[in-house]
Amino acid sequence: MARTFKFGDAISTDAIIPGRYNVTTDAAALGKACFIEARPDFAGTVQKDDVIVGGRNFGCGSSREHAPMAIKAAGIQAVVARSFARIFYRNAINIGLPVIQCDAIYDAVEDGDPISLDIHSGIIDVDGKMFQGEMPGPVAVAIMEAGTLIDLIKTRGWAAIEEVS
Amino acid sequence: MGTLTEEIFTRRLGREVHAGEIVVAPVDYAMAHDVTGPLAIEAFRKLDVPLWDPERVIMVFDHILPANTVASAGLHKIVRDFADEFGVTHVFQEGICHQLMVEKGFIRPGGIVVGADSHSTTYGALGCFAAGFGSTDIAVTFATGKTWFRVPETIRINLRGSLPPGIFPKDLALKVIRMLGAEGANYLAVEWGGEAVEAMSVDERLTLANLTVDFGGKAGLCEPDEHTRAYLGDAEVFDLHPVTPVYRSLIEVDAQMLEPQIACPPAIDNVQDLSAVAGTALDEVFVGSCANGRIEDLAIVAGYFKGRQVSPRTRTIVVPASKQIYMEALARGYIQTFMEAGALVMNAGCGPCLGRQHGVLGPGERALSTSNRNYAGRMGSAQAEIYLANPAVAAASALAGAIADPRGLN
Repeated sequence: MARTFKFGDAISTDAIIPGRYNVTTDAAALGKACFIEARPDFAGTVQKDDVIVGGRNFGCGSSREHAPMAIKAAGIQAVVARSFARIFYRNAINIGLPVIQCDAIYDAVEDGDPISLDIHSGIIDVDGKMFQGEMPGPVAVAIMEAGTLIDLIKTRGWAAIEEVS
Repeated sequence: MGTLTEEIFTRRLGREVHAGEIVVAPVDYAMAHDVTGPLAIEAFRKLDVPLWDPERVIMVFDHILPANTVASAGLHKIVRDFADEFGVTHVFQEGICHQLMVEKGFIRPGGIVVGADSHSTTYGALGCFAAGFGSTDIAVTFATGKTWFRVPETIRINLRGSLPPGIFPKDLALKVIRMLGAEGANYLAVEWGGEAVEAMSVDERLTLANLTVDFGGKAGLCEPDEHTRAYLGDAEVFDLHPVTPVYRSLIEVDAQMLEPQIACPPAIDNVQDLSAVAGTALDEVFVGSCANGRIEDLAIVAGYFKGRQVSPRTRTIVVPASKQIYMEALARGYIQTFMEAGALVMNAGCGPCLGRQHGVLGPGERALSTSNRNYAGRMGSAQAEIYLANPAVAAASALAGAIADPRGLN
């Protein structure tokens, strides 16, 4: 069963991957350095498909795409947060890291709780308690269905986004 | 009809555009730098198409300049090889990307510009719609010359009255962030207006537009006016105003505030009056960045440093935002003043702001910076503390070796 890694408010991209550790384009290296200073045990204990639950303004600050790359490469299945900073949210969708906005879950979940979710319906199950996350916008859905923004544009071009706008 | 943002998209797309619409729009330029560029280049190569327009892609080495490790030199090589292969000619290593975008003439009122850096909002000071993106979005723009936007609603911020002596645009921006919180403008555009903005130079407006992203703003715009014309030349500036705009909210702020504002660790919205933190000892003072590294900022600092010495217990680092600013500071004697005062003057670029090159903070150290980010770990150790302030506070604090009030110093 996937477990929850719970974080607080205003988790910045500097906390997710500090500037001294994003001097690379190698996803695996970024994954190993994910939260290296903010939560040094993270990369060593996270298991495939675990879930991050964050507070408000998750991913604020720098536009560095290394941040969602690091989270994804560490094995995280999805990030659920009370709210996301705009650029992080868009970057995560673009590279195929599911992100779900859900306010109600935050106070009901503890670090380490069993968690499962369905990225298509936005339904999150925390140890038997169900929560409905907000559904992403139509462009995000189109990108998620294709896998990544690169996959979407490569196969269908801008028409794929123009037709949902 | 609409906000500055709606007016810009309406003109650009040739049809009436309203907030909330999702549009695919052409952009004037797409910028990336030495850290976000390599990821954008890798994503662009996956698309396996020609570059949209080699003259509309801007590459800047600024975050790590010159390269300080083998790894960062490797990033630079990825960018250089890409520029050579695709004929990209606008490749710069003479300052911060955002300052160069403005100085080199890529930014025009009514334009749409995207950058692979969050502080791309800076260009809104000239009435351009400019937003920060990640590398994959920029890669798609490299390939197509377009990106998609959800046209944002707008918060209008009117800064009333005039700035009293010792109070600067940085203080107004921090005051607004104090009021609205670090995500107060998330997904929204911000229009900066009112008498205080009308009286500001373009340099000062760049500070406001720059800090817009630090409370979540997608873009931060000022109406182009006679200051914009003086900066760019008449031919480049056409009339662009909000026309019967409908705002998400309207915020009024009195510029006649009492005190300089300080963003205290560890968050941009942990803002206090200067008097609440005065006397806090400092290990480093950094003057520079895309927020406050321009000639007017250096002039303020030089004014305080003239004939004085910075505290020997504090590293004082000055980094002009661009070569042009550096050379102007040389011509005006500021660089000599900084060095005589005991400050370290580094080459133009991002400097210590992002903790990846010179001026890194150690555990337990405390810095005051004129930049725009004070997250734990931003400038080095996660156990270091960062205070953000205007250039005059930075100057007085460097002299005192502790957070100090510049008002009263000549």
